[in-house]
Amino acid sequence: MKKVIMGNHALSYGAMLSRSQVIAAYPITPQTQVVELLSEMCADGTLEAKFIKVESEHSAMAACLGASLAGARAFTATSAQGLALMHEMLHWASGGRMPVVLGNINRAMAPGWSIWSDQNDSLSERDTGWIQFYCSSNQEVLDSVIQAFKVSEKLMIPSMIILDAFSLSHTYEVVEIPEQEKVDGYLPPFKPPFRLTTEEPHAFGGLTSPDHYMELRYKLQKDMEKVPALVDETGREYEKIFGRRLSQVDDYRCDDAELILVTSGTAGYTARVAVDELREKGIKAGNLRIRLFRPFPFEKVRQIVSSAPKVAVLDRNISYGHHGIFYQEVKSALYGQTAKPTVFGFIAGLGGRDITKDHFKEIVEYALSKDKAEEEIVWIGVKK
Amino acid sequence: MTKEKKMVITIPREELMSPGHLACQGCGASLAMRLALKALGQKTAVCIPACCWAVIDGPFPYSSLDIPIYHCAFETAASSASGVKAGLEMVGETETTVLAWAGDGGTFDIGIQALSAAAERNEDIIYACYDNEAYMNTGIQRSSATPLGAWTTTTPVKHYKKERKKDIIGIMAAHEIPYIATASVAYPEDLVRKFKKAREIKGTRFIHIYAPCPVGWKSQPEDSIKLAKLAVQTGYFPLFEIEDGENWTLNFKVKERKPISEYLKLQGRFRHLKEEEIAIIQKEVDTKWEKTLKKCGL
Repeated sequence: MKKVIMGNHALSYGAMLSRSQVIAAYPITPQTQVVELLSEMCADGTLEAKFIKVESEHSAMAACLGASLAGARAFTATSAQGLALMHEMLHWASGGRMPVVLGNINRAMAPGWSIWSDQNDSLSERDTGWIQFYCSSNQEVLDSVIQAFKVSEKLMIPSMIILDAFSLSHTYEVVEIPEQEKVDGYLPPFKPPFRLTTEEPHAFGGLTSPDHYMELRYKLQKDMEKVPALVDETGREYEKIFGRRLSQVDDYRCDDAELILVTSGTAGYTARVAVDELREKGIKAGNLRIRLFRPFPFEKVRQIVSSAPKVAVLDRNISYGHHGIFYQEVKSALYGQTAKPTVFGFIAGLGGRDITKDHFKEIVEYALSKDKAEEEIVWIGVKK
Repeated sequence: MTKEKKMVITIPREELMSPGHLACQGCGASLAMRLALKALGQKTAVCIPACCWAVIDGPFPYSSLDIPIYHCAFETAASSASGVKAGLEMVGETETTVLAWAGDGGTFDIGIQALSAAAERNEDIIYACYDNEAYMNTGIQRSSATPLGAWTTTTPVKHYKKERKKDIIGIMAAHEIPYIATASVAYPEDLVRKFKKAREIKGTRFIHIYAPCPVGWKSQPEDSIKLAKLAVQTGYFPLFEIEDGENWTLNFKVKERKPISEYLKLQGRFRHLKEEEIAIIQKEVDTKWEKTLKKCGL
């Protein structure tokens, strides 16, 4: 069934079709419609789940983790300040190996107050041990929730589904809503190897001495390393059932590209319009959209960008005192490789400022006119 | 012929707490858990945030409790327990009693937001606070449960605690939850009865347990029960129950209250207090006691 829905509702449908059993959430703009629809679904019985209406995002994640530990599939959604408030519990989720799925609407961090999009909220959580998927369409948002539960529950690592504020969260697009039966075939019920039950009492998360702690973290990393292959495997399986492939990255006209624009989120689609127009003018541009950010898809990124002489990374974020974060990551993927494209870093669109196709043309023009990156950050559209 | 009095043993023999735990000598918190679990039985899951009990239970991979434990974040005892309860219900384990077991810091201070919210939602959990009146696990720092006049490492003798202990019972009563009780490790039958009663009630139940801490109170380990008794006998920590936020029942009617000085003098944390300061504390206890009696309709 096709429906015209907003990005936030794509998250709700994804959570519903995944048969989430416990939802705990706290409202924050621009996330509210996600949980409004889910509470309606819980109220009218469309979704058989318990909705815990908590008093903060910190408690939202805490309640989700309690539910997950008890063996229930748990979902929540938040944004910016809410995600930051959850920070402690994000570590708890991955450290405790509780495969919760969280929808995060990318919103700029205050102060000054901003409800508009940038990625500093989710990227500030890149080292918390969560799998991160950045989406560029409402269809991808819905599909990603279902795939994320599958990947997360297989490896017992939580996942974050990330979408831009407004340009995706509040934008209506046609979305194919998969049939419940098919989703059930793809995503089996959650059966964790250990859970909190009186039938088999265990203590979870207790005091862990230096004799044991490191091994627990080693195992988390080893399982994280399995994510890219599992994303491809479950993505192909998804394609067989639903006709849409879900991959680590999404490349567009990159094969013969002289310059590859690396993007994430909705900026990817804008980049593609620019790529097409540039191609018409004879400029061989391509676009690599990074969908899986954590763990970083090193192999895929290397494979795709190594063939191009130049790479321009667009960041809607900044690591203060360093550079754009995707730029750092792409550079680190290429370090020590034989093929070394020249990599340029651009920052645009902070706090919801528009990123247009003209910005991409400006980026391409800059990168093609320079032999090397003269500065680590090229600011796009900043009023200096 | 004199009528023979028979003693009825009301405390179950079953032990769900093993020796080999890491509590200090004379620890009230460990005795409280042992008794509470005797009342609640094996079909109990417990959420323990950062507090002495996060350590007492024993380090990974050991546990001194024969029930499932979730060691949760400091401020999340109530929110974690809410999630555990919802999760267990969704997987069909509807009979499990979910217990949040936190210290005074995790209850009066950092966890009060989550606790208030869980109580407002009337979550089907028992929240037990074992109150040793300071952050004992981190080395005796003052909490909002630390009483007036007490020394702690952050309220040194020259600047001992000048503020009253937060009225957690008043706060919880204002939430009009189905059941609230105070309990003491010196009155085990009463404590066990209250946990048994709580187990049979639906909704949020809050039990405030007085738990002596010889290390933090600078008292003798062998005096822990004596201190806990004195706390009740002086009227400092009255034993009562509140049903539906308004029906107060005093469980232990003290005919002649002992002076608070008897209680204070056994604890090094009050050693610096002068007579006039003790008189102020006595007055505080008297006022509070009168208020409690009034609420209990006495």
